[in-house]
Order: sequence, then C-alpha cells, then structure tokens
Amino acid sequence: MLDIKDIGKSFKPVSAIVEKGRLISFARAIDEKNPIYIDELVAKQVNYSALPVPPTFLFCLKMDVPKPFENYQNIGVSLEKLLHANQSFTYFSPAEVGDELTFYSSVEDIYAKKGGALEFLIEKTKVKNQRGEHVADLKTTLVIRN
Amino acid sequence: MISFDQVTVGDHLPVLSTNKISRTTLALYAGASGDFNPIHIDIDFAKSAGLEDVFAHGMLSMAYLGRLLTNWVDQRSIENIDVRFTSITPVNAQIICTGSIQEKSIIDEQKIIKVQIEAQDANTGDTKISGFATINLTENY
Repeated sequence: MLDIKDIGKSFKPVSAIVEKGRLISFARAIDEKNPIYIDELVAKQVNYSALPVPPTFLFCLKMDVPKPFENYQNIGVSLEKLLHANQSFTYFSPAEVGDELTFYSSVEDIYAKKGGALEFLIEKTKVKNQRGEHVADLKTTLVIRN
Repeated sequence: MISFDQVTVGDHLPVLSTNKISRTTLALYAGASGDFNPIHIDIDFAKSAGLEDVFAHGMLSMAYLGRLLTNWVDQRSIENIDVRFTSITPVNAQIICTGSIQEKSIIDEQKIIKVQIEAQDANTGDTKISGFATINLTENY
C-alpha cells in the first residue's frame, strides 16, 4: 500500500551517460528504420553532433541503475500489481550520444480510487545535462491494482 | 520536412505499421530499454501475478508512436508528448500508429500544431495508447 506521507518525497538522482551502442540496440528493439537514429553520418547531416536520443529513450536512461524499481518498492509498490497508466515528456533541449544526463525524480501525488482497489502514484522527473541545461521533464502515472 | 503552411486541421500523418510483437521483441526491448520488469519477459512471474501470459511494455508501443512522429517531423520540433495507456498489449499484437492534426495556432509568433496520436492493436482494433503531441514548426531543422 502507498502512503500519502510520501507525497513530495525526492528520490536519489540518477545519472547516465548516453552511449552509442545503447541507442543502436534500442533502435533495433523498436524496429527503427530512420537513419538519423542509426547512422551517425546521417545524424550529422541534419546538424546533430552525434546520434540523438529518441523521444522516449529518456525513460529508459532513468532506469539505468542496478534496481530501477527499488524507489517504487521502497514506498510500497508491488511489481506484479503495477501498471503504467500515463506518460508525458516535455522537451527543452536535445540530448545526444556522449551527454551525461541526470534525472531528478520526486513523488508528485498519491491517491486512491474505488475504495483503495486502485492506487495511483504520479512521479515527476526533471532531466538536466552535463552543462546544467534543462533537457526535459517526464511525468509518469503508475496504477497499483490491489 | 513538414512546414506549418502545408498542414491543415484534420490531416493524417503517414500510418506506421509495426511487426508483430513476439517474445523476442519483448526480450530485445527489455535489454535495450533496461526495463527488466519480469511481468514482460517471464511467464512464470506473470502466472504468479494471476495473468495468463506476459504482456508488452507500454513504453514499447509509445516508442512506436515516437517513430510515427519522427518519421514526419524533426524530433527537435516536438515540444511535448502526453499519452494514456488504455489497455495492456498482449504478445503477438501488431501495433498500428496513427496521428491526426487537431489544432493549428500561432501563439507568440510560435507556429504550434497539436496532433492526436493513437496506437491500436491491428488484431483486435483495440486502442492501446491514446494521447497528444505538441509540435512547434516555427524553425526549420
């Protein structure tokens, strides 16, 4: 069970370096055909300095820790009851191979519906790069089916 | 790429049809994304959670929606993507991604379009993900 006392709680920031091999295996996993995401020369032709991080991959980099679900489990979430309900990304500046991104996450809200049968956890994450530039904001809504 | 003057409310984006989501797809996606939640890759775990089978990562289909958008506009034009996962995606689903232009506006000299996006399972017609993307077509990349 979740506890509303955890609203506002900040999780330990996560840092990840964007690696070319990771992006290429992600491209393969999602069957990406657009050469901008696979071929560095093509990416450079459209004024990137390296392969760009595709729109949803920031979510993956945020999980680049030994136990990506630990933060949720520590506040009472069971993985087998967990579903992803909503996801948003708001972008401020592009990220590319070689960037070091830091993810600052916190619990924005916790609430229950149907007398506690469904619990909702809203997590917001601010992403910054190695220059301190604001790269993106992520908002994740998880539902726990009790 | 697309320019603001070329698009009209009601226009559809080129449809993106993906290959069937096999168990191999899920294993590849787990490895590449770092999302090793066993509910997507381990049938024993799925059964212990009361499910008949594993199901696909919602973020896999959202990545397909990302491809729908970046096939159409430069990624640097995308300001926001906001979606709701409406139902779980079974193994062997085939995802069809569609988009249509809902709004076109100029706000503070910024040329903004709002696109409705959807991922459907071609086998059942069920909507898996629906939402919106906000795209700024002021600059040409």
